Amino acid sequence: MIKGAHGLAAASLAAVLGSSPFSIAAHPEAPEVGGMKLGYAELADDPRYADRGAHSGIVFTDLGRPYQGSQVALEDAGAIGRVTGVEFSMEKATAKSADELAQRTSRWVTDDDIHFVLADLPAAALKDLARGLADRPVMLINISAPDDSLRGADCASNVAHTYPSQAMLSDALMQYLVAKGWLQILVLQGPTPEDAALVAALQRAARKFHAQIVETRPFLLTNDPRNREQTNVALMTAGLRYDVVYVADGSGEFGRYIAYETSLPRPVVGTAGLVPTAWSWSWDRDAAVQLQHRYERISPPRRMNGADWAAWEAVKAVTQAVMRARSTAFDAVRDFLLSDKLSLDTVKGNPGSFRAWDHQLRAPVLLSTADAVIARAPLPQYLHQTNVLDTLGIDAPETACRF
Amino acid sequence: MVLGLVLSTQAGAKGTGYVFVSHEKTNNIAVIDPKQEYKVIQWIPTSHRPRDMKFGDDRRLLYVACGDDDVIDVIDVATLRIADHIPTGSSPEMFELSRDEKTLYVSNEEGSLVQEISIADKLIMREIATGAEPEGLVISSDGKTLYVTSEVTDMVHVVDAEAGVVTDNIVVGTRPRRLLLLPDGKQLWVSNELSGQVSVIDRGTNRVLTTLDFLPPGFRQADVTPVGMTLTKDGKSAIVALGRANHVAFVDTATRKIEAYVLVGSRAWGVAFSPDEKTLYVANGLSDDLSIVDTESRKAVRAVPVGRVPHSVLVDD
Repeated sequence: MIKGAHGLAAASLAAVLGSSPFSIAAHPEAPEVGGMKLGYAELADDPRYADRGAHSGIVFTDLGRPYQGSQVALEDAGAIGRVTGVEFSMEKATAKSADELAQRTSRWVTDDDIHFVLADLPAAALKDLARGLADRPVMLINISAPDDSLRGADCASNVAHTYPSQAMLSDALMQYLVAKGWLQILVLQGPTPEDAALVAALQRAARKFHAQIVETRPFLLTNDPRNREQTNVALMTAGLRYDVVYVADGSGEFGRYIAYETSLPRPVVGTAGLVPTAWSWSWDRDAAVQLQHRYERISPPRRMNGADWAAWEAVKAVTQAVMRARSTAFDAVRDFLLSDKLSLDTVKGNPGSFRAWDHQLRAPVLLSTADAVIARAPLPQYLHQTNVLDTLGIDAPETACRF
Repeated sequence: MVLGLVLSTQAGAKGTGYVFVSHEKTNNIAVIDPKQEYKVIQWIPTSHRPRDMKFGDDRRLLYVACGDDDVIDVIDVATLRIADHIPTGSSPEMFELSRDEKTLYVSNEEGSLVQEISIADKLIMREIATGAEPEGLVISSDGKTLYVTSEVTDMVHVVDAEAGVVTDNIVVGTRPRRLLLLPDGKQLWVSNELSGQVSVIDRGTNRVLTTLDFLPPGFRQADVTPVGMTLTKDGKSAIVALGRANHVAFVDTATRKIEAYVLVGSRAWGVAFSPDEKTLYVANGLSDDLSIVDTESRKAVRAVPVGRVPHSVLVDD
């Protein structure tokens, strides 16, 4: 009998070795069933899911919360649970603030033996929650915040990230642009800090892969004719030479009007046109279609998005670590999860594992239009001395993260 | 319908050496005659997304699992035409015939179960629950035990074929795909696509005895994604197709030594020997061609263009 971190009888995991049978019908020798609960934390009024700035009154961004993605992975873990005698389940907390989430999570640790918590939070809230839980046996898994700061100066040893960093997403796109020879980039930047972060990540990627940002031009969402230099796409894209237009538009309200409106006939990339993403429903290789269908069976009105994928992958990482470490004890599972022994199916070809220097999951990034995946990064042209996935995002020598 | 086929007297199709290649995206099977300079002598249109293929009735019938139409097509080998369809559950991928050929065991990757289908009645007799995305199946020579891989839960289910229940589960590498029973009756090999290994299972104890790691020159562990496997008739030599590493490995089954890596096309999956075993055919899913490998020199000597996303290869030997 293996004991949980807090002395709770967890499970008879000898079954992992294949000595203990299971079937759908009750089996006399079925292993004793223990439980392993995961947590899920989100903010009730997360601004990322608000119907903001709907310029035309119609919201075009995909506002679904990624909770359903985690539920698909829990369902997938059913068979693992039957064999290992560990029944996986999840508690969800929707709170008003990071403080309230920290309290709820702390209670989970004591009352429910919950140690792995999926966090669907904006960067600031995630940072606060991680700080609030620093002395507790809890691992947060970031499933939706791309901010590079969370993997850099603001990194925390009790946080891992299955959602790709902005640096990974930008590098993925930049690999493609450079491979195509589209080296001269015109940037159209929106007014929000999120848009500024996108541009900062793009600048970094341009330096890394030797592309040039020829100019960065701001845009505004307004009909005011006095601002036409910042609202008229034809004017904004006129008067200089460039190979490709990069749009940094977190609102999604501007970017969708840029393709076919540019002064020069050039492709549009960034948050519109060709978009780097953790997941696209149109990805049809590496068993993606089966995952997509499992998702749609439990979440009919919506298709799977990047954060859904990250939530699915987070639960899969924990259940895999439980199965391979043959334990539900926090330290054992955490150590396995963060070790190079983890070989996680990303459903995008390359197996994933967490980077030791910032706990970011290595995983391919898809470059997707509205209904097709055009390429999968890393592109084969880009090599790395240890793992090609580390051509995406912040590599060990450049990390600002100190745990 | 099946009965009618049995009555067809044409036995001339037997032992033709024809190579059948199924294509996931062009929904057809190429029939290639090696004696005619590897000419595609026939394209057999099938239901959507044909994948695994098996001969039945002394090679008079060819069964083909067609994932997007939820059927197994039955092809009359003499006429090379579709003769019948057997409905299955959602998205059949790999399947196995019972020893008496009365029953099909089909893995439904969408339904997380193996279906037992009566061929004569075209009825699903039983469903056996598995982990998510069941794939490879193999049945023991006595017909009593069925082994099934589950890609998502990283295990091989051991199924009592008579009782229709899972009796044991063996945790193997990441994303187990295909199974190979060695003729000694003692070993079961499992290809693990994402961990890039083959697990060797002792059938007596249902434990993993050892793991074979593959690494062709110039590749990294992450590129090695083994899927398809086959054996020589004497069981001495196994072939493991290494997927994105674009190679096949020749393995001595007694010593478990990797004797050679042969460069083939892009994402090699399906593999099969010619009747004299002098030639190995390899289906390359991402280069849409079939590699012809000379097994003596262990070199790919030719690449034959086929349809889009070739999946499985079967030889009429």
